[in-house]
Amino acid sequence: MAKRPESFQRVAAPLRAVAQRFAFLFLLLASGAILLFGKADPQIFDRARMTVTDAFAPVLDALSRPIATGAAIIDEAQYLINLRAQNSALRAENARLLQWHSAARNLATENQRLRGLLQFIPEDSLRFISARVIADSGGTFVRSMLVNAGRRDGVRSGLPVVVGEGLIGRIVETGNRVSRILLIDDLNSRVPVVVGPDRERAVLAGDNSRLPKLIYLASNAQIQMGARIMTSGQGGVFPPGISVGVVASMDGNGVRAQSFVATSELEYVRIVDYGLAAVLDGGNRADPVEED
Amino acid sequence: MKGTIWQRLDFIARKLTPLLVSLGLVLISVIPLRLPQTSFIVPTLALMSVYYWSLHRADLLPALAIFFVGMLQDILTGGPLGINTLIFLAVYGVCVSQRRFFHGKSFLVVWWGFMVVAAGALALEWALSSAHAGSIAAPRPAYFKYLITITVYPLFAWIFARIQRTLPAVE
Repeated sequence: MAKRPESFQRVAAPLRAVAQRFAFLFLLLASGAILLFGKADPQIFDRARMTVTDAFAPVLDALSRPIATGAAIIDEAQYLINLRAQNSALRAENARLLQWHSAARNLATENQRLRGLLQFIPEDSLRFISARVIADSGGTFVRSMLVNAGRRDGVRSGLPVVVGEGLIGRIVETGNRVSRILLIDDLNSRVPVVVGPDRERAVLAGDNSRLPKLIYLASNAQIQMGARIMTSGQGGVFPPGISVGVVASMDGNGVRAQSFVATSELEYVRIVDYGLAAVLDGGNRADPVEED
Repeated sequence: MKGTIWQRLDFIARKLTPLLVSLGLVLISVIPLRLPQTSFIVPTLALMSVYYWSLHRADLLPALAIFFVGMLQDILTGGPLGINTLIFLAVYGVCVSQRRFFHGKSFLVVWWGFMVVAAGALALEWALSSAHAGSIAAPRPAYFKYLITITVYPLFAWIFARIQRTLPAVE
């Protein structure tokens, strides 16, 4: 740096301090304003937000690959260690599943005949889009993930996201090559579900804890521990019949569900386009799904 | 200005280091680790960086830089925009105003300062997130996140201190 005259320094230093203080206050107010405007209209920042996310997608994609490889090596080692025990467990399970298999075939035939009698038109899923998880919000107050498929792959806001075991969430924002999944345990997630064999209606509401709450249950609902929870299809966002989880705890504070999926261990997910009309057009993430 | 263009570029790169380190930590914190339940215990890495540089070299990580770090954190985690900018700026404000108190104190005092600041930051995050969503967020994950964040702080502070030694001196 060039030496400045002493007198200049004497004036400039306090001026700079004042400017810095002013900048600090200005930025603090700006943050508050952004927070308020974002709350009033969640869509106003969506485009800017997804543009930035899109720009970071290649970096995140590249960074997440070595981690995935490391995790795969650990998995492989664990797999080799457990091989024997797993093999005998699988044999036993296979024997049991074969019985179920024949039962399922009988039921499928019967179901087909009954559907023929009723002239029932099945709701077919249109297509699956597979995507890799490239970022996990890791946020204590936000439960979401970024995947490397976006508008150019046909992903739209509102599409449900599943893995083999069941539902994990829905798409809330789409960029050109990335999309954000709002997980079912996020504070903003509301999923209309049916519980147990009696198909009691409820809404699965996330609160950022590991076990989301079942709310709006009828007061006389008969719920058993371990009862299966599936989407009800009400509200039109989620198609009916996707597995969500089981009832995991019941006490004075209400009923809580355990998801079938450990979202922190996911590498690939499937985004399902059921061809339902886009109820959540525009991806308004703050709007909860209407119940009933 | 003195030196060749490479020396000047080197000088600029060194001045930008605290900002780049902070942005890098934001990126690292959203990388999926694929370990069981890690999403509940990822420490707030950028908070450590903001705290450290605000205390030791606030001239190299000014409020505007902190604003960008918070903004990137909000954008990549998908949280409501403005929450982390507000929190990081608040941490910056506290650190800059208390810098004299911490100057020349032992590491334990600085660590204790971080425990207090991180508690405030996570409480603020919890309150803002709950208010924004209109329902109460479960506080337990925040508590675990707090514990892990203050536990790993010494490791990151050590790395930051190593980086700090390579930086140009205060003008």
